[in-house]
Order: sequence, then structure tokens, then C-alpha cells
Amino acid sequence: MAPAGLPPVTTPHARVRRLPARAWLLAPLLVLVGLPLLMLVFSWASIDGDIWRHLGTYLLPRLIGHSLLLMVVVGAGALVLGVGLAWLSACCEYPGRRWLDPLLILPLAFPTYVLAFIYLGLLDFAGPLQTQLRELVGATPAWIAALSKPVGVLPILVLAFYPYVYLLARASFSAGGLVAFEAGRSLGAGPLRVFLRVSLPAARPAIMAGLALALMETLADFGAVAIYGFDTFTTAVYRTWLGLFDLRAATQLASLLMLFLLALVFAERATRSARVRQAERRSVPNRIVLRGARGWLATGAQLLVLIVAVVIPLIQLLVWSLPSLGQLWSTDALELIGNTMLLGTLGAAGVVVGGLLLLLAGYRAPRRVALASELAASGYAIPGTVLAVAIMLALTSLDRVLDTALAGGLMALLLAYLIRFVRVAWGPLEGVAARIRPELFETARSLGASRWTRLWHVMLPLLRPGLVTAFLLALVEIAKEMPATLMLRPFGWDTLAIRIYELTAEGQWERAALPALVLVVLGAIPAVLLMRRLGGAAGARPG
Amino acid sequence: MNLVTRWLPMLLAVVLLAACSNDESAAPSGDDVEPAAPAGSDAAPAEDGSTAPTSPERLVVYTSRQPHLVEPLFDDFTEETGIAIDYISDSEAALIERLAAEGDRTPASVLITVDAGNLWQAAERGLLQPIDSDVLDERIPAELRDPDDQWFGLSIRARTLVYHPDRVDPADLSTYQALTAPEWAGRLCLRTSRKVYNQSLVAMMIERLGEERTEQIVAGWLENLATEPFSSDTRLIEAVAAGQCDVGLVNTYYLGRLQKDDPDYPVELFWANQDTSGVHVNISGAGLTTHAPEPAAGRQLIEWMTGLDAQQFIAASNMEYPVVDDVPLDPTVAAWGEFEADSINLRVAGQRQAEAVRLMDRAGWR
Repeated sequence: MAPAGLPPVTTPHARVRRLPARAWLLAPLLVLVGLPLLMLVFSWASIDGDIWRHLGTYLLPRLIGHSLLLMVVVGAGALVLGVGLAWLSACCEYPGRRWLDPLLILPLAFPTYVLAFIYLGLLDFAGPLQTQLRELVGATPAWIAALSKPVGVLPILVLAFYPYVYLLARASFSAGGLVAFEAGRSLGAGPLRVFLRVSLPAARPAIMAGLALALMETLADFGAVAIYGFDTFTTAVYRTWLGLFDLRAATQLASLLMLFLLALVFAERATRSARVRQAERRSVPNRIVLRGARGWLATGAQLLVLIVAVVIPLIQLLVWSLPSLGQLWSTDALELIGNTMLLGTLGAAGVVVGGLLLLLAGYRAPRRVALASELAASGYAIPGTVLAVAIMLALTSLDRVLDTALAGGLMALLLAYLIRFVRVAWGPLEGVAARIRPELFETARSLGASRWTRLWHVMLPLLRPGLVTAFLLALVEIAKEMPATLMLRPFGWDTLAIRIYELTAEGQWERAALPALVLVVLGAIPAVLLMRRLGGAAGARPG
Repeated sequence: MNLVTRWLPMLLAVVLLAACSNDESAAPSGDDVEPAAPAGSDAAPAEDGSTAPTSPERLVVYTSRQPHLVEPLFDDFTEETGIAIDYISDSEAALIERLAAEGDRTPASVLITVDAGNLWQAAERGLLQPIDSDVLDERIPAELRDPDDQWFGLSIRARTLVYHPDRVDPADLSTYQALTAPEWAGRLCLRTSRKVYNQSLVAMMIERLGEERTEQIVAGWLENLATEPFSSDTRLIEAVAAGQCDVGLVNTYYLGRLQKDDPDYPVELFWANQDTSGVHVNISGAGLTTHAPEPAAGRQLIEWMTGLDAQQFIAASNMEYPVVDDVPLDPTVAAWGEFEADSINLRVAGQRQAEAVRLMDRAGWR
């Protein structure tokens, strides 16, 4: 394997055609990721026409429609909420901004199935809201009743996934959004026009990376849609496996889902206009101060999202947990917390290293490399349980050949995390890397710095905010991850998510409130602390 | 600024260390499994393990049951026999795939899950081996165990009707089929067809009534639905209590839990099909894995779980019914009275499950 290198010295016009040596950094990642993905490919060795006819006639038309609806609504919702809130947080000034800003990524700490269960319980016919309404006014408005219907899962997923867009867009806006904005304004354009024509395009790679994460999560989600009874393409995957006993056809379905998402990602890449590199933030202008009612409107908007997405679910979890709060100090609970933290830290470290490999290999490299990188990061688009089975099959086959015991070990689980979440680390790193001036490396090189020096003393320090974000995101994702952890954990490695699964296996969600609460708090603390640091770094600069 | 340059190598080191230490810890467990596997398959039918002097120290169980339903049992078993139990919990389907992938290297000797369909599936894929046990044959009714002795029921779970006493006269209730009548239009609640409980119910109906008649019944139910199918039996019962619908189809223990919390809970239970085929029942059950490293101890555990004490705990802990006679019932459960259960062997639930799912897809049962 070639040592980690840095971009070759070129002028922007003389783009290299041959593959840079560091493209080979992708090789180990592709091998690791490729193993289970091969299982998906092998599933096509034979096709059961009978089952496909059944699926095609009775399930797929409706379910594909549902999945597309889900994508459009959740995608649009996450974009509007994520970009809008991020613009306010990063570039405007209004009452309470410093407090609200870091809290707005907190919905990430909630597993979607927890959010879904809480809201369904609160909003359905037998729930407190509708019961009160019936007693007070005799009937429930149709739109409230609709929130407990299957389509009610749409707003839940928007709330659960907008933080991906928020986090990445916010980082991009705070780095260069204001400079571009002010430049545009000084040329006489209106604020909305400047935002749409200048600020937004400049942040597009970051926003798209966030949107891709949100959409992949949406399409691979099974927990929340199952609770609401909103059948999607993923439902077909599980139904084919669990109901029709056909894992092969289920795997084929899952690989189609993955192909579809890859196609979307490639399409987005292809339509990206020539690199719009953001201005350095050497002299960040003052934030746009929203005065009076407009300021409070901004505060209100952020507060409302926060209350619905975080405060209400948190209160519900607390109420459910009160009777069992004493168990928090049991050795069992401490062990679960310890395991969750340890797996999260180890897994996230691996994921960040993987993301770094993807970045270094693909940084200013030809498009072929970008395609290979996308492939290496495609595990995110596979429904968790299917991926877990694929990894299990791959590892047990390997064990048989090599006479090892990989499948029962910790490495299997860490590998699963790497495959599933490497995209989560890649996104933030790419966002930051897009703002690094390539001339820096040329300068370093001309001063005689070796590849390693350039990597350790130039590249990595500049990537720091991205590395922190990537680590944090991966940590939270891994702590929430359920299917792969369930299937691949070695004995004695039960985590909070495992306990939630065990307690909810018979539908007794309230019983799982305490571990869910602890999981949310565990994810929230580092999230808020790190957001405050990142936000502080950008916000502390006076004009 | 130097945070990353200082931390990244450390993190890398941690990862590598974890990888290495893991290889060490994983290796012995692999060694344990290897030599035991071939010996196991021979030893299984050979002799009764209950008095074996060299009892193993550790028995591995894969289970989809909740820890609070199995852990106290396992503890008692360990106390009585000296055999410690390690278990891994996961969904049935994942455990079955795990067993299949591990093949002859599996550490698991016993599989414990709910629903005969799952056990049938495991047996069908060659993951379970028969147990030739007079104890099991004698204690467990024939329809609740595999005719080929590959799996055995440990508790009975009944799926029947519940209704709101203010809005339904129980004299109007009779069978599952009767809920297709027009008088129930807009009053029936069902769970989604995704749940295996409904799949098993429909599978058994296909066996008894034929595919065509069953499809008519399912279509009739869907005509009468008050609202979209629910994702849990508990929510369904709560909907009956709240007045969203009048009658529903659930497993009894879900009602038991609600009634235990509130003895005046406004939903009552009705035993369906008492004058015809009997109530649809399913089981939680167990089987010995094909490549069990500890077949004798595994068999011992399964037999032990049909003992009176174990049966009483199994029945009481989740308000299900014991498979063995003369085990005292939970008071809430006893108050529902006795019932006639469907006598078709539960293997059918597995054999016809895929058929049932297709039928439900055709009928549009979400």
C-alpha cells in the first residue's frame, strides 16, 4: 500500500489524469466493505420468478410509491428545516441564539423508533391529546387524527433527520457564508437573492452530504415506519425474509435499494457545477442582526423545533422512567453504559479512520476515484438487519476457510460499524476539505515538507473540525445502532440499544424508557459540548 | 490545534489493541466448540443427560424471549444442575440466520423462541435435531410439538377476540369468521399482517377451511376495519377501550397485562370458535441445535423446562398458559375461564406461513 500522500502540486488547470498513488488508500476499505457487499451480489445467482411476480403484483407498486413519497417529503422537510435553522444559527443574531444553536442537533440522540413510539402514543386515538380533545370539544380535527395515521411518520422522520443537514450546512455557513453574503449584498442584490444565488450554492456540497445521510437513513429505516404502519420498500425486504422465508429475494431487494441510492448520489455529483470554493474566514463580517419582531420570530422558530423534537419526547421518557429511576445505579446499568461508550468510541475511531482514507484517496482526484469511494461508503444505504446478515455470512465463510473465529469476536462488530457508518464520517470531512486552499500544500511542499509532514502538520490540523464532527456523529450513530449490534455482539457485550430491544420485544415500550433516556442523554452531552466548541470558534470572532 | 495530531495515533492504538485482545479472547471459544461438535451429534440420542456425572460448565442458548422471562429460569436451572447458561437474545429470524451461518461451529446448543412458525423454519433448514425423550412426549400434548421431535412447546399463547362490554353483547360473538358479517362494519380492529401471530392464524385457517374460503374471510375482515391495522396488540386493545373500535383480535397476555394494572379495564375477552374448531393457539418453544456442542445438557434444559416449577414460572411470568396439566394459573388468566384449543398440529403454522403471507398480500392486509 502506498503511504498516505497529499495532493500533487498542480495548477488548477492541469488536472491529473492518472490515478494518484494515494487512491490506493481505498483498497483496504474496499476489501473490507466489499466482503459483505459481495454477498448482496451473489444473491442474484438465481432468481425465483414466482416470488418476484408476487412482489411485483401485490407489494412493490404501492411500496415504491410510499418510499418515493417518504424521500420527497422527508428530503424537502430536512432541507428546509436543516438549511433554514443552520443559516439562522450561523449567520444571524437574535435572542437566545447561543443557547439554541448547539441544542438543535439533539434530535440525533434519539433513535427514530423511540421518537416514533412516543409520538404515536401521544397522538393516537387512545392517546392523551385526542382523548382530551374529545372530552373538551367532542371531536378531533382531521389533521390531528391524520398525525396518528401511517402518514404521521413523515413529520417524525423530518424531525429525526434534519440535524444531518443542519450540522453540515451550519459548519459550511459559519465558515464562509457571511463573507459571500456580504460580497453579494455589496453588489446591490437583495438578501433572499444573495442567499439563494451565492450562499446556498457555496454550501451545496455540505448540504448535499447532509441530505444524502438523511435520505439513506430514511430509506433504510424500519423501526419508525413499522411502528406507524407506513409500509415502504424496506418493509418489502423484511416481509420477503420473515414472512415468505426467502432471504435471497430479500437480499436482492436490498441490493436494488442500494443501487438506487448510489445512482442518486452519482447523479448529484455529476450535476455539481465547477468547484465553488468558499472564501476563507480571515475576516468574518458581523452576523446579520435580526431586530425586534424578526429576531423573536427566529428565536420562536428554533424554539418550536426544539420543543417538538427534543423537549416533549424527553419529558415523556422521563415520566415513563420515574418508577424505575432507581435501577440507574445498578451494576447492570453501569455495565450497559460502559459497553455502549466503549463500543461507540472504538467503533467511531475506526469509522473516522475509514472516513479519512476515503477523503485522502478522493481529495481532488479524478472522478473514477470518487465513484469507488461512493461504493466503499454504500453500506449506509442497506437496511441494518440485511447488512448484519451479510456480514455474518461473509465472516463465517471466512472463518471456515481460515479456521478463525472472526464471526464471534469484537472485530466483526467493529467492522459492521465501519461498513455501515463510514459515510457519516466522510461527509463532514469532505465538507471541511472543500474549504482548504490547495495552495497550502504546494507551499508546504516547496518548503521541503515530506508527505507525512504535510499530512500530519498541514492536512490533519486543518481537518480538525471535520474530524471532531465525524467522530461525534459516528459515536451517536453507533450507540443507537441495533440490528448489527444484536447479531454480531460477542457474549457479555450488551449495550443500551440491546436492552431497549429486549424490553420492547413484546411491545412494552414504557419499560424501555430508562435505557432509552440514558442513551439519549449519553448521546446528547458530547453532542452539545462539541457543538458549543465549534459554534464558539466561529461565533466568537467579532467583525 | 494539536488535538488531532495527539489523539489520532492514540485512537488508532486503542483500536489495534482492541483488535488484538479480541482475537485472543475469541480463539478459546472457537477451540471449545471444535472438538465438542462431532461428539455431540453422536451423544444426543445415546443417553439421558440428566444424571451425567461430567456435566458441562457452560451451555449456550439463543433466545428471542425477553430476559426477564428466561433469566430467572436459567438461574434456577444452574442452581439445580450446576450447569451455567450463557444466552444471546435477538429476533427469531436473526438467530436462525446466525445458526445457519455458524453451521457446525455454533456455540449454541438450544434455541428458544416464540411461534411454531419460527421453530418449524429452523427445523426445515436443518438447524435442529430430534430429541427422543419419553419425558417430553409424555408431558407435552402432541399438537404442541413437532411430529419429528425437532421442537417442543413450552407455553401456550392463545389468540382470540376482545370486546368493549358497553358496546358489544358477548352473545353476538361466536367465531373469527363471524367478524366478516356486515353488523361489524367499521367496528373491527386488527394488527398488521407483518406480525407472525396473524400469519399463523391465517395459516391454520387455510389448513382447516381451504385457501379460497380463508381469503374471503380475510377480505371480509378488512371490509369491516374501523381504522388502519395497528402495529401492536397493546395499542389495539387500548383503541377498543377508548372507543375507536368495538372488537379486536389479540393474544390474551396483552390484555392480561392491562387488566393486572387496572382490574376494571373496560375490555373483555371472548373465547372464539368454542363450538367449532377451537381457539387458535401458538407456542413458545425450544429445540436442540443440530450442531449442539452440549447436546445432553441442552436436552436436560428442555426437559427441565417442562417440570412443574418451571412451567409455573413460564406461565405466570408472561401470563401465558402452561403446556403441562395441573399447573396453577395466574389469577387474572384463571378468571378468563377454560377454553377449547384448536387441535391441528402447529407444524402447519410453519408449513403454510408463506402461503398465508401471500394470501394476506393479495387481500391487501397491510
